[in-house]
Amino acid sequence: MTFFLQLVITGFALGMVYALVAIGFVIILKCSEAFNIAQGHFVMIGGYLGYTFLVTFGLPIWASLILAIVAAILMGLLIERLALRPLVGQPVLAVVMMTIALSTVLEGVATLVWGGEYKTYHGVLPTVNLQLGELSIPSETSIAMIVSIVAVAGLMLLFRYTRIGLAMRATADDEQVVQSAGVRVTTVYALSWVIASVVGVIGGILLGGVSGVMIPLAQVGIKAFAVVLLGGVNSIVGAIVAGVILGVLENVAAGYLDPLLPGGGLASVFPFMVMIVVLIFRPHGLFGLERIERI
Amino acid sequence: MSLPSGTFAQNYAQDVAILRTKSQWFVLLAFLAFLLACPLFFSDRILTIMTIIGITIISVLGLNILTGYCGQISMGHAGFMAVGAYTSGILTAKLALPFWVALPCAALTAGMIGLIFGLPSLKIKGFYLIMATIAAQFIIVWVIIQLRSITGGPDGLSVPRPEIGGFVFKSKASYFYLVMTITCLATFLAQNIVRTRAGRAFVAIRDNDLAAEVMGINLWTYKLLAFFIGCVYAGVAGSLLVHYFAFACLDQFPFMNSVWYLGMLIVGGMGSIPGAIFGAVSLKLLDELVTVVGPILSSIVAAQAAASLALISRGAVIMLFLIFEPRGLAHRWDTIRAYYRLWPFSH
Repeated sequence: MTFFLQLVITGFALGMVYALVAIGFVIILKCSEAFNIAQGHFVMIGGYLGYTFLVTFGLPIWASLILAIVAAILMGLLIERLALRPLVGQPVLAVVMMTIALSTVLEGVATLVWGGEYKTYHGVLPTVNLQLGELSIPSETSIAMIVSIVAVAGLMLLFRYTRIGLAMRATADDEQVVQSAGVRVTTVYALSWVIASVVGVIGGILLGGVSGVMIPLAQVGIKAFAVVLLGGVNSIVGAIVAGVILGVLENVAAGYLDPLLPGGGLASVFPFMVMIVVLIFRPHGLFGLERIERI
Repeated sequence: MSLPSGTFAQNYAQDVAILRTKSQWFVLLAFLAFLLACPLFFSDRILTIMTIIGITIISVLGLNILTGYCGQISMGHAGFMAVGAYTSGILTAKLALPFWVALPCAALTAGMIGLIFGLPSLKIKGFYLIMATIAAQFIIVWVIIQLRSITGGPDGLSVPRPEIGGFVFKSKASYFYLVMTITCLATFLAQNIVRTRAGRAFVAIRDNDLAAEVMGINLWTYKLLAFFIGCVYAGVAGSLLVHYFAFACLDQFPFMNSVWYLGMLIVGGMGSIPGAIFGAVSLKLLDELVTVVGPILSSIVAAQAAASLALISRGAVIMLFLIFEPRGLAHRWDTIRAYYRLWPFSH
């Protein structure tokens, strides 16, 4: 039983990381109908930025956080303006390939600047260790959970109660109508990229402080799409619920089935199996809107 | 399709011919003669590069039919290549079947697996289909690792060099001829597939699948047919690749290759047979350039510059093409051709 619970808790931690990536993805998708494959790379860059500010420059935490957020805003603005805006009105594949190309460029930049090495700054950030009986909850879980909950609460308030949030939701629905109502669509797009980039970078800093950061961290991004699809591409709550479901399922399945399979490695492929099943039986996910098509 | 001024079709056979003018025949024959003569004056290294480019062209042609013509985006093409590669490898290495039996089997197996993973395309499209095919890539790789007893799993599999009627394709030059023959046949076939009823149905599905269905195109048949054809091409390419290296391992078919094949289509031009060739050649040459420039840059700047350059150059090329020439090199080539045909009287 303890084995099972420990698997569930580690899975929960993993699921929260998935959710962090998935939230950023959903925000961009909600506003601009663009699929951002590079979201996992934002998290990776965030981790490395945290390393630079906290360790290399030795700045205090609050200053590092502010600087990292400023860097994230700049990154989001630059990417939106230079790479994505020329593609407005282009087919899905163009946008997806653009974000994939972007992800390799980000990976290249990370390799060049930080040498692609494993960096960690354990102990610099405050850690939260919880002990529940025999089970210890890793601080990764608690931190990712806190960030996810704060991010989601903030974003929900933004989407529901502010003017710009309304504009963002409306843009997702129909950009031409929104334009004729006097909303600057380009501002909305830029804002969505900035928010996604900031969420990713903050997540990356926290993760880097707990488990370290390296380039393969970005590949969590690809797995996070299984989460996005399971939760429904346009639901932020769905992203979190599905993140937890998938993280726990993946860990439990791997924990019990891997000893039975000769090659092992079920954890790496499990999200994709879920993805195929979801795509075949419920393409709009658990919480997403069903797609209705017209000619 | 623009033609030089004064080229008229006087009967149906002329109208449907791929090569219409004497100069087109001349260029084609000259190019074939050049390919024949290549092993005479190129080193083994250059022949290797050309062989790999030929194999890549076969794979990208298949992807072009599937993605460029039928609009069903596949980001698992390297996975389908792996299916063909391992089928052919197991048949020749473990069952001692001849290469010319293993190659069609590899093509068919890859096609069948493609059909399975093409099934979701009947319900989903766009980004969702991309995700389903990414899943296909990872699931195929996982299954190959699981079948360790016959595939060798992570250790790889030794594969014999192909042999036809007692002749072993052992030297680089002989294998170059084999690959180039198959590449030329594959190109010819692809150019003709896209002009058939099925090819026109593919284009209709790409442009608007609901409208195509309303017009009486059976989506079930044609989407799956596109997946089948695309994956058959991938299977052939995968088989040729592992027989060339006489070794099959999963590192030959990473996920990023699937992405680069799509990148080649974008650089070359989607929905155009020459586009697939332009794309495969130019991106592969870019890779070669990076392997030459990378070490130099590494010694000047920093040790990791070579790895970084490889990533950034590929990403940047695709980004630049998406922004400045989304229709790819094939379109650029068409405009250049139209320009010089009319020069100096452009109106």
